[in-house]
Amino acid sequence: MKLSFGDPRFRALVYQAAAIGAALFVAWYLVSNTLANLEARRIASGFAFLGREAGFEIGETSSIAYSAADSYLRALAVGLANTFRVALIGIVAATVLGTVIGLTRLSRNWLVAKLAAAYVEFIRNVPLLVQLFFWYVLITENLPPPRAALEPLPGVYLTNRGVYLPVPAAHPAYLWMLVTFVAGIVSAMLFARWAARRQALTGRRPPMLEIALALVIVPPALVFLAAGAPTAIDVPRLSGFNFTGGMTFTPEFAALTGGLVIYTAAFIAEIVRAGILAIHYGQFEAAHALGLRRSLTMRLVVLPQALRVIVPPMTSQYLNLTKNSSLAVAIGYPDLVSIANTAMNQTGQAVEGIIIIMAVYLSISLSISAFMNWYNARIALQR
Amino acid sequence: MNTLVMTVGVLAAALAAVQPASAQTTLDAVRSKGYVQCGVNTGLAGFSQPDSKGMWRGIDVDLCRAVSAAVFGDAAKVRYTPLTAQQRFTALQSGEVDVLARNTTWTITRDTSLGLNFVGVNYYDGQGFMVPKKLNVKSAKQLNGATVCVQPGTTTELNLADYFRANRMTFKPVVIEKLEEVLNAYFAGRCDVYTTDVSGLVAVRASRAPNPADHVILPEVISKEPLGPVVRHGDDRWFDVVKWSLFAMLEAEELGLGAKTIDQHLNSTNPSIQRFTGATGDIGKALGLDNRWAYSIVKQVGNYGESFERNLVPLGFERGLNRLWTQGGLMYAPPIR
Ligand SMILES: N[C@@H](CCC(=O)N[C@@H](CS)C(=O)NCC(=O)O)C(=O)O
Repeated sequence: MKLSFGDPRFRALVYQAAAIGAALFVAWYLVSNTLANLEARRIASGFAFLGREAGFEIGETSSIAYSAADSYLRALAVGLANTFRVALIGIVAATVLGTVIGLTRLSRNWLVAKLAAAYVEFIRNVPLLVQLFFWYVLITENLPPPRAALEPLPGVYLTNRGVYLPVPAAHPAYLWMLVTFVAGIVSAMLFARWAARRQALTGRRPPMLEIALALVIVPPALVFLAAGAPTAIDVPRLSGFNFTGGMTFTPEFAALTGGLVIYTAAFIAEIVRAGILAIHYGQFEAAHALGLRRSLTMRLVVLPQALRVIVPPMTSQYLNLTKNSSLAVAIGYPDLVSIANTAMNQTGQAVEGIIIIMAVYLSISLSISAFMNWYNARIALQR
Repeated sequence: MNTLVMTVGVLAAALAAVQPASAQTTLDAVRSKGYVQCGVNTGLAGFSQPDSKGMWRGIDVDLCRAVSAAVFGDAAKVRYTPLTAQQRFTALQSGEVDVLARNTTWTITRDTSLGLNFVGVNYYDGQGFMVPKKLNVKSAKQLNGATVCVQPGTTTELNLADYFRANRMTFKPVVIEKLEEVLNAYFAGRCDVYTTDVSGLVAVRASRAPNPADHVILPEVISKEPLGPVVRHGDDRWFDVVKWSLFAMLEAEELGLGAKTIDQHLNSTNPSIQRFTGATGDIGKALGLDNRWAYSIVKQVGNYGESFERNLVPLGFERGLNRLWTQGGLMYAPPIR
């Protein structure tokens, strides 16, 4: 490379350095100008407000205990937990529903396939916000008030304040049951690996299902019995204005999660359908010719190939669902954005609030992408 | 070389776009664009709401029109930006609106940390609770365990938490940003209670309830809500203009000057009235305005009492605290001299 403008490589370097320099300069200018303007108008800045008392209540605090006397930081944490709650449940449910609809659309039954197609077309083409309002209004306008609650099953109440379910009353044994359950799953997975290796070596397959089930179920059951089989149930009761006790799903949560699941499932259905259609029919026939059972054909031949087509676009659907959950604001579900908006408004620190929102969504999105990329690499064709 | 030229161009444009906004005073900016951009409520009867012909009406709207009359001699040079409680302060801070007249409570945080200046009070209010009559609740003290509908970013949601905490009661908030949606939720029975400024309750009950008689406003008033117009920090001139536009409306009522009658007083020998109409003195100049600024306000918008009469009385409001100080109220303008 010659140090002259005539050399294209040198020229390219100069341009790139200039572009980076310009970008840095603009960034610096924006930041310093913002700070100067905030200072000139004496608008508070900095993140010290996070430690101050928030002073407002939050409607859903199921995952993190919170009261108005807690700090803004804690309020934001509650909002984040609420976002996670919707995103996690939403992603799992949308994947299941979307897969079912996608497979249904491939069904040989004309009516069923057309119904699935109609679902996809209709849901995809109505704006999500409209759908959320629809579900919210459907719940709040049509279900009865608490004093006239519907009771479809004993202890289960449907009202315009939400769905109330009886749950086992809190007991320390449940935590240990959970721990042993998770440990059971981990050991079942290790066992499966060992079993596969063993099958490869000896050609004999150990009784996979029975042992795995035993590993997962027996230890928690033993803990349960050892703790004296606690069976107390926390049943919701009407007291004063509302039901108390049991577990609650508010109309806001139900409308948001339900709306997101139904909407995202329409897109996932198309992705799944496309993924399966992408597999050449010869692959099925070849697998059969090798003597593989139908389920094994699916698991060993079709799915691994279909997943390679499905996973990348699925990632963006998961990201979409998570980001769309910020529409919560419109129907009053206290997600991160809703809480951050309130905090910005009460403290006037809009710049900081936006920075927090952006940082959080960026981290969530990058984590989902990273996980899906890892998964995609795992299932990728290995030569 | 083209890329370089382009980079420099983009850079220059970016620099121009983010020039500090304080370089020019708001009064100059308003004059040169030819109208006042006024931040108002999205639709609260009596305060600011478009009528059937799309004309904005209400006491907050009248404040905007008064500022326009003072600056341009024409009350019609206003453009309105409807803002929710959440949006209003950013809109003002960022310069999207020149003045915010949107039933906004004067608090020390807003007056300091938010970089704003309250010019005064155009409605003295307090927070209350509204419940469906059929719940048979007689006092706010009976609201333990209730579900409460409230808008975010308001003093309302803070006072609400304070009040229940102080009285050792609990509640479940349902927090929805848009007035329309939060009212739908309340009227559908999603909440037992709707809370906001009493003025808001009265206006909402009169103008939005399917059947106003089905809802009662509880006797407790749990806070002070002095509602007033707001401007940005750091522009004293504009602060003065908006402040004295409000005071001129109060002073006119005190002097007995109204939209219909002010012309009859143009030859008055009362020195206060002469100063007010601009017949003597040069108060207008001190504000950077025409000397007939106050006359224009009263002639085209009316005095405070007229505005109240026109906008709020039909909804069932009483003057109460908002009477002039001479009649036992809190409305009091410093001397115009
Ligand atoms: N005065 C209180 C509350 C003002 C407020 O936003 N009130 C509501 C309830 S009446 C309202 O005007 N909503 C109309 C809207 O969102 O446009 C404050 O300044 O925070």
